[in-house]
Amino acid sequence: MPTDPVIRVDELRRVFRVRRREAKGQRREIEALAGVSLAVDDGELFGVLGPNGAGKTTLIKILSTLLAPTSGTARVAGVDVVENPWEVRRHISMVSGGESSGYGLLTVEENLWMFSQFYGIDTQTARTKIRELLAIVGLADRSRTKIFHLSTGMRQKMNFVRGFLTDPEILFLDEPTLGLDVQTARVLRDYIRSWVDDRPGRTILLTTHAMHEADELCDRVAIIDRGHILACDPPATLKRNLQREAIFRLRIGGLPDVEAAVADVAGIEQLTQTRRDDHTEIDVILDDENALGDLLGSVQQGGGHLHSLEKREPTLEDVFLRIVGYGFEEAEEQIT
Amino acid sequence: MSQPSRFTIFWRTVRGRAYPRIIGLQREKSWFFFDVFLPLLQVAAYVYIYRVIEAPTEFVGFVVLGGAMTAYWMNIMWNMASQFYWEKETGNLELYIIAPTSRMAILLGMAIGGIVATTVRASVVILVGLLIFRVPMTVTNVPVFAGVFVTTMVALYGLGMLLSSLFLLFGREAWHMSELLREPIFLVSGFYFPVRALGFAIAAAASIVPITLGLDAMRQLMFPEMLSHLRFLSPHVELALLTGSAVLFVTLAQRSLAFMEAYARREGRLTVRGQ
Repeated sequence: MPTDPVIRVDELRRVFRVRRREAKGQRREIEALAGVSLAVDDGELFGVLGPNGAGKTTLIKILSTLLAPTSGTARVAGVDVVENPWEVRRHISMVSGGESSGYGLLTVEENLWMFSQFYGIDTQTARTKIRELLAIVGLADRSRTKIFHLSTGMRQKMNFVRGFLTDPEILFLDEPTLGLDVQTARVLRDYIRSWVDDRPGRTILLTTHAMHEADELCDRVAIIDRGHILACDPPATLKRNLQREAIFRLRIGGLPDVEAAVADVAGIEQLTQTRRDDHTEIDVILDDENALGDLLGSVQQGGGHLHSLEKREPTLEDVFLRIVGYGFEEAEEQIT
Repeated sequence: MSQPSRFTIFWRTVRGRAYPRIIGLQREKSWFFFDVFLPLLQVAAYVYIYRVIEAPTEFVGFVVLGGAMTAYWMNIMWNMASQFYWEKETGNLELYIIAPTSRMAILLGMAIGGIVATTVRASVVILVGLLIFRVPMTVTNVPVFAGVFVTTMVALYGLGMLLSSLFLLFGREAWHMSELLREPIFLVSGFYFPVRALGFAIAAAASIVPITLGLDAMRQLMFPEMLSHLRFLSPHVELALLTGSAVLFVTLAQRSLAFMEAYARREGRLTVRGQ
């Protein structure tokens, strides 16, 4: 029998009014969420993927009762986040990347114990759980270290443990591996996946702008840009739609603006270019592989020479590029 | 994990939030110099002024008691009212908000932790007064004195909780209010002299800050003869007013916290840093 989604968002909008720098006293409106609708099922690891400024954190803040929507509804564990935030809080926890919470004078274990008290967990259970989780993230030997002595990565591991400590039904992870080294990020990702798999009835909503993270971890991914959900499917389904197209990465020297040089080539679905030190890197999606010959011909005519050419499997970034028409970096530049 | 009751969450929150303050006293010893020794110098300055002008010994007693109670007011302003500002800046406030606990419990935890530290400072001031300045201090009615002290504390920390709700919404703007409430309160609450000296009307207006009534009542109970012609109201009336203030401030704080939290959530100011 199908169950109701544990997170349900309908036509959610959030508008921020910010002061205009150029005109004192006047305010302009920024629409961070522009009518977002989505549903997350029980036991799902759901990803929200988008560039910085796309509206991911705003969405998590509304769902975690830190921010009220301008309009629309959001229900978490069947409870409306505006009408009954207190009840929502009994079901959730949250971890944000780059978080600096806690008190420097307290040790890792003491900080975690303190936060556990806000959920009413008895001391013995809290201590047992803290030791178990610290061992998992490789921070057991630092349990008695005051947190002002911790590195950024270690502090993030501590925050990560804090989020899981209360064994919430629904966990919001807002860029949880932000700024972490590859190995640490890998450990945390493994734990995130196993936490959902091993515990029936536990759900995670994870925001990230790391494509591989969403690809590797999530059961389903919603692609968000400028407050709009553009697609929502399992990563494999999203990528499958692109598999009939040909995706190439080319490195070209002697031609700074490849995009202009190949503007007239037929069959180019999407193209992004990035300037490197001695070459231009382009990612291109073609309707058909046959269009590659024309593209290379135009590059040669424009005075460019090919350094390398690689055919790639589609990634979530390609999906984003295909849907939005520009890449993540470009999207972030447009916002700033 | 079974869901603990609201009552369990409340008391465990109080314990959890009091912990960093209490443990901080042991780990950062410099507080003794800054929070105990330096304020003593201020008390000493007033003591020597009264001695130079050959004021009655009781005046020195007024100063010592005022100096002891100043510690609580400072604690209210710096470690209660403005604490949510710091918690917002460090990212702790978000975690307080999303936890299924009461803001009052968090503030009560802060208050209890703060009272422990502040009581040490107040006790040192009183001890120095007794041992070095040789102030003759005897309490004439211990139960009423204790009642006045406890009620003053409840009303004072209730006021601190009420003020802290402003920091949920405002950032630096609320700092100005804190500043505004510091020095003028030192004057109108009669920290270093009987408040009646300012006239009945000013004393009545200053009674909105519970420490005004608390100090006056405690002074009357310690120096009854001296205060007989300088008292503001009788200790029993002041105790009754303090009880009313305590109930009023705690109730207002509770409502204000709920209102400000909802308002700040709508305005998107709960988690905005560097305001």
